[in-house]
Amino acid sequence: MAEGEILLMKGNEAIAHAAIRCGCDGYFGYPITPQSEILETLALEKPWETTGMVVLQAESEVASINMVYGGGAAGKRTMTSSSSPGIALMQEGIAYMAGAELPGLIVNVQRGGPGLGTIQPSQSDYFQATRGGGNGDYNVIVLAPASVQEMADFVDLSFRLSFKYRNPAMILSDGIIGQMMEKVVLPPFKPRRTEEEVRRECPWASTGRIRSRRPNIITSLELDSARMEQKNLHLQAKYAEIREKEVRYEKIMCDDAEYLIVAFGSAARIALKALELCRAEGIRVGLLRPITLWPFPDRAIAELGRQVKGILSFEINAGQMIDDIRLATLGSTPVEHYGRMGGVVPAPDEVVTALKEKIIQKK
Amino acid sequence: MTKEEIIQPENLVYQKPSLMNDQPMHYCPGCSHGVVHKLVAEVIEEMNMEEKTVAISPVGCAVFAYNYLDVDWVEAAHGRAPAVASAIKRLWPDRLVFTYQGDGDLACIGTAETIQALNRGEHIAIIFINNAIYGMTGGQMAPTTLMGMKTATCPYGREADLHGFPLKITEIAATLEGTSYVTRQAVHNVAAIRRTKKAIRKAFENSLTGKGASLVEVVSTCNAGWKMSPEKANQWMEENMFPFYPLGDLKDLTND
Repeated sequence: MAEGEILLMKGNEAIAHAAIRCGCDGYFGYPITPQSEILETLALEKPWETTGMVVLQAESEVASINMVYGGGAAGKRTMTSSSSPGIALMQEGIAYMAGAELPGLIVNVQRGGPGLGTIQPSQSDYFQATRGGGNGDYNVIVLAPASVQEMADFVDLSFRLSFKYRNPAMILSDGIIGQMMEKVVLPPFKPRRTEEEVRRECPWASTGRIRSRRPNIITSLELDSARMEQKNLHLQAKYAEIREKEVRYEKIMCDDAEYLIVAFGSAARIALKALELCRAEGIRVGLLRPITLWPFPDRAIAELGRQVKGILSFEINAGQMIDDIRLATLGSTPVEHYGRMGGVVPAPDEVVTALKEKIIQKK
Repeated sequence: MTKEEIIQPENLVYQKPSLMNDQPMHYCPGCSHGVVHKLVAEVIEEMNMEEKTVAISPVGCAVFAYNYLDVDWVEAAHGRAPAVASAIKRLWPDRLVFTYQGDGDLACIGTAETIQALNRGEHIAIIFINNAIYGMTGGQMAPTTLMGMKTATCPYGREADLHGFPLKITEIAATLEGTSYVTRQAVHNVAAIRRTKKAIRKAFENSLTGKGASLVEVVSTCNAGWKMSPEKANQWMEENMFPFYPLGDLKDLTND
């Protein structure tokens, strides 16, 4: 494929191609629907013969995330992908990565839960993704792609943020974005870093103790409470910096909006159509699409909260992001939720009806 | 002869390995870990691999191994060291990558990672300290606890009906296509210590020459957990552990 060529592919395939092209050093994963195309595409592409990227089918999601832990510990750009039940299994490893301050990318192509749930799409892992998910006080940088193009673009972005802050990053996608085919322009090819470059970028990594330095020790353990508190304070300061600098969102037709829909990922695509339907009826609705779910665009939402008469949190779940919207707006405007569960994907007219019934007519 | 006359380089018969840090060890007096740490340090030094070694420590008594050996370390989640090591070795193929794990870490919570990494033939070495007990948490039953042996969680002795049987994971490892060298050693006397050092060296060399995975089990004492003097613990190990966990090579394809 030529550079810059417009291609048609699934979101999952775009993730795999983007990984190869952005200098990813290793992928470790375990099959689970609806994301298996990521590992399958990598196996078909054989990047170990071209870029030298390692691709390994692990024995479990537990092993996968610990391989990513090892990769991050050794200064490498490594990633894994899974879907909701598999991501649940990975939470221990993600907490260890946060505790040891290791970079790495986790892709969650969500399906409905709880438990084995369904293989159909859902956004019900919002809490798990944005609250840390494992044990301890920590956060993962969470990006929510709303198109196949963003699936491709967010791989490199996640790696950059993850290495910049030495913190795990997650692409929180779902079965719709993962399985749907769309046009995409793959990111420009970037070679993998050389040993010299890895050592320069990650002087803290365990790559072999060269004579000139003390040994590097990657661990999340500290038995001295005072020191462990200091370590936690350091993490919290880092999270505050990320909140300050890395919030990303998109505002659509918000300037004259009387009402606001907040939706991320595939729900934002459905909301776009709902917006069109509302505008055709003369209802002035805007859409705020959080691109980073953590850090959450709370300031932008607070500001819009003072402008509009009500906010509909539209999520393909039972209502999770609504908590963050309410915390952002602090009662300045009514906030209600609409969503479906269990793998049922709502249609745009359902969103319009929900907006009318829960927000507009309630006023 | 004065002390100054005796302390001369030509008279040197023993010294602390240069890769052992000047750090008080947290291990109990009499514990086997200190001896095995020293052997690992000596082997890395003799192989001139200190700048190319990435060691993986477990959860368990050896969690702080990273404080004692002057090489780069990664501390893994409980049982996951072989997965961590697999990735690091594949990502840095010219490095010496080994894990250092206890019986609970390797043969219980991490059984899947252990068997799968060995069976994939990862070019890593695993040092496996088997003292038949959970030392760090205060002496609970391990996957390798012998039948009838008393621990904090089988205070009346291990019984098949209640607790199942001790796991001979090293015998399982020897049946796997991916392993090149599987051995069981001990460090209770000088001859055994020398044999264990040779085994560690062979395992490390195999991993560097791409011969697949190696497993070195070291049948060890936990005199604190067993509630015995170090001397009595060694004796008890010889009388009770060795018959069930016989020493020697179980598989050696080094020269194949």
